[in-house]
Amino acid sequence: MKIEEKLALNAFKTDRESHIKINQEICRKACKTRYCLYVCPGHLYSYDEDRAEISVEFAGCLECGTCMIACREGAIEWSYPKGEFGVQYRYG
Amino acid sequence: MEKVDVVIVGGGLSGLSCAYRLAEKDLQVIVVERGDFPGSKNVTGGRLYIKPIEGIVGDMLDGAPFERKVVRERWTLMGEKNSVTVDFTGENLKENRHSFTVLRSTFDRWLSERVMEKGVFVIPRYRVDGLLQEEGKVVGIKAGGEEIYANVVVASDGVLSFMAEKAGLKPRMTPKGYAIGIKEVIELSEDRINERFNVGKEEGVAHLFIGDVTKGRFGGGFLYTNRNTVSLGVVVGIKAMMEAKPPIELHTLLDTFKARYEIEGFIKGGRTVEYGAHIIPEMGYKGISKLYHDGLIITGDAAGFALNMGITVRGMEFAIASGIMAGETILKAHSTGDYSVNTLSQYGEMLKSSFVIKDLYNFREMGDFLDRDEVFSLYPRSIPDMIEKVVWFDEGPKERIGATLWKAAKGSGLMGLNTLKLLLGLKKV
Ligand SMILES: Cc1cc2nc3c(=O)[nH]c(=O)nc-3n(C[C@H](O)[C@H](O)[C@H](O)COP(=O)(O)OP(=O)(O)OC[C@H]3O[C@@H](n4cnc5c(N)ncnc54)[C@H](O)[C@@H]3O)c2cc1C
Ligand code: SF4
Ligand code: SF4
Repeated sequence: MKIEEKLALNAFKTDRESHIKINQEICRKACKTRYCLYVCPGHLYSYDEDRAEISVEFAGCLECGTCMIACREGAIEWSYPKGEFGVQYRYG
Repeated sequence: MEKVDVVIVGGGLSGLSCAYRLAEKDLQVIVVERGDFPGSKNVTGGRLYIKPIEGIVGDMLDGAPFERKVVRERWTLMGEKNSVTVDFTGENLKENRHSFTVLRSTFDRWLSERVMEKGVFVIPRYRVDGLLQEEGKVVGIKAGGEEIYANVVVASDGVLSFMAEKAGLKPRMTPKGYAIGIKEVIELSEDRINERFNVGKEEGVAHLFIGDVTKGRFGGGFLYTNRNTVSLGVVVGIKAMMEAKPPIELHTLLDTFKARYEIEGFIKGGRTVEYGAHIIPEMGYKGISKLYHDGLIITGDAAGFALNMGITVRGMEFAIASGIMAGETILKAHSTGDYSVNTLSQYGEMLKSSFVIKDLYNFREMGDFLDRDEVFSLYPRSIPDMIEKVVWFDEGPKERIGATLWKAAKGSGLMGLNTLKLLLGLKKV
């Protein structure tokens, strides 16, 4: 089962604004490991070679916080989505 | 300016247990929860042990929507291509209320309704953005542009606790201190579950796996049977995942696990209905945060109350017990009108004389004990290999079993210095 299909099973309410902000400067200057690409359970991070940019599809975020902990460079500014938004588990 | 007696941040098990203790007591209590309803943001394994909390929950869990009573405990050592399983059951497990599987979205929601019936206000869909502080004291919260003042704030906001962080009571989170759990809930009929897992009606299994599930790294797999679903997941240390070379791609672990012959048969014909993820504090006793401050109490995962014992993860009983003790402390503060650390420190004392801190303390070396490769790679690989050599009949005469075992044990490194160290280490945990 593809990860996109798994995420599609969940109920999400998506805010217009992302609750995860990435400081590209730090990524470019300080990071060789790019752990964010590996550790996310939703596989939401990707790296665009041409633009040398990391992006995150915040709409599928499971709100675990792993990316924030794994990014030792501190490039990820992370908060919970505002009330009313984000994932809503029906089983948990 | 609005002012209440108590604001509880987070309607998880811990916050709701605190609210339950304070309900019907002539205090104005509100619980602020960021999800659509309490439980809607929460993920656990999981199973809840009843005995440790039986004496303090009162009637709180009467009629609780447990999924199944665990009557079968299974542990599997997963090699790369083989495995060994221990399957334990017994009259004690069958006849006592020992532990139950739960699904948090159902469970927490039920508890929140119970708490509301008793007069507590539960406000969903509000994210608490910060604490109000005056002269170093916590005096309330900020949420969605509003301010609510309170005599005391209870931070029951889970493992990432931004409240404890904002109050300066929590050190920065590091990859070593936490594990990430991912989980699928898979629908299967009640009868099928009973048959496949060899259990009776409303009875269930708790099954833990270590070894190849996490590619030999710190962590493991779990399977819990619910009424008509199965919770199947993998937990892995964040640091362990990052240090693997190449780093482990987390989202693939569960699929690899599901494809194993050992699992395939359990979930065949089942339909995945949800995919969740949540982190777990892994530092045990050493990871406990400061527990109180003037006008603030910290409970549950937010305080770091979780324990990985290798064979099981415990957090829910600690969350419930600490919530209740916070409630008890607040009742004392309310009666004296003193919400400073002078009174709130009793919360720390209560925890210390309870199973919460005692268990965390007794198992304080567990983290270091488990932080060695043999536990997750050497043993889960070499023990099944050894058994394979015994059960395998090849061409030619079969070697004596004792000789086979002896050679396998020596060859695999099972008899090395590492094992001796591990055995010595066992005494401490
Ligand atoms: C994969 C996995 C398996 C586990 N297995 C087990 C098990 O088998 N047995 C066991 O005992 N324990 C297990 N645990 C641990 C257990 O789940 C936790 O210890 C327990 O859920 C902690 O409860 P809590 O109430 O402290 O926190 P939570 O359940 O996380 O509740 C926190 C609540 O606060 C809310 N919140 C957070 N921030 C805010 C905010 N700013 N504003 C408003 N609301 C907010 C959240 O939405 C949530 O409802 C497991 C954990 C995981 C991740
Ligand atoms: S790990 Fe952090 S610093 Fe590195 S690429 Fe990802 S976000 Fe940027
Ligand atoms: S919080 Fe978790 S799910 Fe969300 S982007 Fe970060 S790692 Fe991925």
